[in-house]
Amino acid sequence: MEVFKQQKIINFMENAKKVGFLSITLVVISLVLLFTKGLNYGIDFAGGTIVQVQYEGKAPIEKVREIVAQNPKYQGATVTSFGSESELVIRSKQASKSVKGGAKVEVRKMLKDTGKFEIRRVDMVGPAVGDELREKGLMAMLLSIIGIIAYLSFRFEWRFAIASVVALIHDITIAMGALALFQIDVNLPILAAVLTILGYSLNDTVIVFDRIREGIRTIKSPNMADVINESVTKTLSRTTLTSLTTFFVVLTLYLFGGEIINGFSFTLLVGVVVGTYSSIFVASPVLMWLKFSVAEFREKEAASLKREKEKEKMRAMYEQGTM
Amino acid sequence: MNALNYRVVIFAFAFLFGIVFSVPSLTQCDENTTKGEASSCGKKITLGLDLQGGLHMLLSVKSEVAVESKVKSMGTSIKYNLEKEEIIFDDLKIDNNIITFEVLDKDDLPKVVKILAEEFKEVAVSQNGAIFSLELTDDLIALTKQNAIDQAVDTIRNRLNMFGLAEPTVAKQGKDKILVEVPGIKTEEDENRIRKLIAKSAHLQMMAVDEARAARVDMMSDGEAKQYGDVILQDVEDNRTKYLLYSIPILDGSMLVDAKVGYGKDNNQPQINFKLNGQGAKIFGDFTGKSVGKRMAVVLDNQVYTAPNIVQRIGGGQVQITGAFTPQEAHDVAIALRSGALLAPVQVESQRSIGPSLGEDNINASILALIVGFLSVVVFMVLYYGMAGVISNFALVANLFLILAVMSLFEATLTLPGMAGIVLTVGMAVDANVIINERIRELLHEGNSLTKSIEQGYNNAFTAIWDANITTLIAAVVLFAYGTGPIKGFSLTISIGILASMVTAILGTHGIYQWLLPKIDKKKLGFWFGIKTDKEIK
Repeated sequence: MEVFKQQKIINFMENAKKVGFLSITLVVISLVLLFTKGLNYGIDFAGGTIVQVQYEGKAPIEKVREIVAQNPKYQGATVTSFGSESELVIRSKQASKSVKGGAKVEVRKMLKDTGKFEIRRVDMVGPAVGDELREKGLMAMLLSIIGIIAYLSFRFEWRFAIASVVALIHDITIAMGALALFQIDVNLPILAAVLTILGYSLNDTVIVFDRIREGIRTIKSPNMADVINESVTKTLSRTTLTSLTTFFVVLTLYLFGGEIINGFSFTLLVGVVVGTYSSIFVASPVLMWLKFSVAEFREKEAASLKREKEKEKMRAMYEQGTM
Repeated sequence: MNALNYRVVIFAFAFLFGIVFSVPSLTQCDENTTKGEASSCGKKITLGLDLQGGLHMLLSVKSEVAVESKVKSMGTSIKYNLEKEEIIFDDLKIDNNIITFEVLDKDDLPKVVKILAEEFKEVAVSQNGAIFSLELTDDLIALTKQNAIDQAVDTIRNRLNMFGLAEPTVAKQGKDKILVEVPGIKTEEDENRIRKLIAKSAHLQMMAVDEARAARVDMMSDGEAKQYGDVILQDVEDNRTKYLLYSIPILDGSMLVDAKVGYGKDNNQPQINFKLNGQGAKIFGDFTGKSVGKRMAVVLDNQVYTAPNIVQRIGGGQVQITGAFTPQEAHDVAIALRSGALLAPVQVESQRSIGPSLGEDNINASILALIVGFLSVVVFMVLYYGMAGVISNFALVANLFLILAVMSLFEATLTLPGMAGIVLTVGMAVDANVIINERIRELLHEGNSLTKSIEQGYNNAFTAIWDANITTLIAAVVLFAYGTGPIKGFSLTISIGILASMVTAILGTHGIYQWLLPKIDKKKLGFWFGIKTDKEIK
């Protein structure tokens, strides 16, 4: 089977400005969402307690809500169904520090008249731990961006590094915007997902850039837009196919992976789509707008090749003893 | 082209290695060997708490309490030393971690100075006339706090080991936190018992009743009691019964050498028999000898268990705690006493407790996702690329086994996010093969020979795959270094997956192509590479 057979080069860069407008709009909307609605920090970062309860049969949510509302210790706690009809979770901002008591004992006592149930999960994070985790998460993100810029600058050129980071920030902003829009609990696995998007987005961009790097050497036109168009067209099949396989896999995670990693796989779904889009429509145009000059690059390369050859010649002469 | 090229050989070895070392993990064979004995089924992956159920807690130690009790035991020891020298003193009090007392006979002053200098070297002593005050130095406070944390780690580990659970983990994390992981807890009752066992201070004290003022205890406030150097404690069974006790104990659990569960002669109730060391037995004997007719309370964790009248001197250092124990409680309390008191109470900073049924659900869900995800990728590759897809799938399967094998060898823990990492790796590992196959197709379309298309295809694809993998790897390694718990597991599987894919997807498939090259029918490119071309391929 072959889907991407066309030999015709698609002029991606012609519409770059229009598409760029779309990207900027999405980023702005995401930022607005992040600043107005904000991220819904889960207990990993905000601290608090989650208790997941499974009933035999249908969970009496209303009754549980009433009971929880009457308990002063659980002020402001929410009760929602979780995955199936028989399960519910109680989320509260409080975090009991007691080793032997704690939420499990309390909830068991509180709900003892609501039917037969099993407490399947208790997650509790104290506020101090949450702060530390948030700091570490941000640190991890910054450090990996720095490491990647350094690597790409070394392997490509600084403009490539900048362009890929612009695409990266674009992707992460939009993914976080989606998290804010749907008010998904931001917990540690979400952080892992965001960092995976970071890796994935770069992965995609690097593969396109690799082709552009190759194109600069092999494509005759000295115009960067032409080089980009041809290179992107050539990687289009790969970009789409890989995104599709990854998308499928993440989709199965989302559908079958269970309620707990739902947020994680949702974030990845958004990331895969945005990451694919940005490697073509964000990273490449930015590279063009950063005024990457093909001619200059070739001159430089030719010069360094010449130097290299000269050196070799000198060495050869030296070895032959003619100097 | 040589049939047995080195790439195929390496790939075959990697594949075999993957299968052999992932078998113990896949079967999760349960060795019934005791600790220390070599296991018959090899190293395997441990399932994380989210997959097998269990309790994870991050504890912190209230180390300032250790400082307080250090001061208190210094008070005990001052009292003992002064009484031994028959020095008359009054107003021995502890306030704000400062011990003060007044010597009544001025002639004793030089003797007191000498005792303090000899016995309490690390303490800052100041003297104001006949009033002495002692205070811990900052160094000693820091040391005491550190000891309290280290001791808590050891004590909790001992207790959990004695409780008889499979592989609990107790480790110090950072400067002042303790990580406790107890996998495989089956019921809520068990979990509660374990929590109680961890939390139990097991702080045992023998305290004398202040008989002179004891009659007024019910009307006395805590503040008033403190003025007399006393403390009011409740009875363990009936919290309306209160005792007025001298706050400086006669002796404490540090002098205990053994504790066992026993049964009372008269009522067959569970009780705890414990034994004091030589010094403890002597202090206990001396005290009971001179306090006949008075009461002495056995206090565990600030609750009075018994307060019998002393009938005669008790030598030998054998003491019992009776009280309303169930046999289970007595068992757990004895463990706690044997493993020593916690110098300071612990509290939970964060915890995660997963019931066994939820763990099972998590395993099933993630395995289902893995299978569906894997199959959809495999089918897609065959449909789209024909035989080239089949070859890629070989690499994919080998990759999966390699991830499992490497994780088994490191005895890594597989968590739910780790499973997600494996699923994700399946999607990403196939990327390398997509890039390679696309390159080969491109070259075939240009009319290159089969050999050239394959060799050149791998060459062209290599830099892209390499750079892309390294960038992802950088992100994964940073995640591993900075992440905790679930994130570590996720980044570990991703990292291993990327490294393994370099061997399987690049080296392995290349070798297979070279091996199969003579057999590839140049007229059936549709079957081999899933393409149609009008050009003649050599």
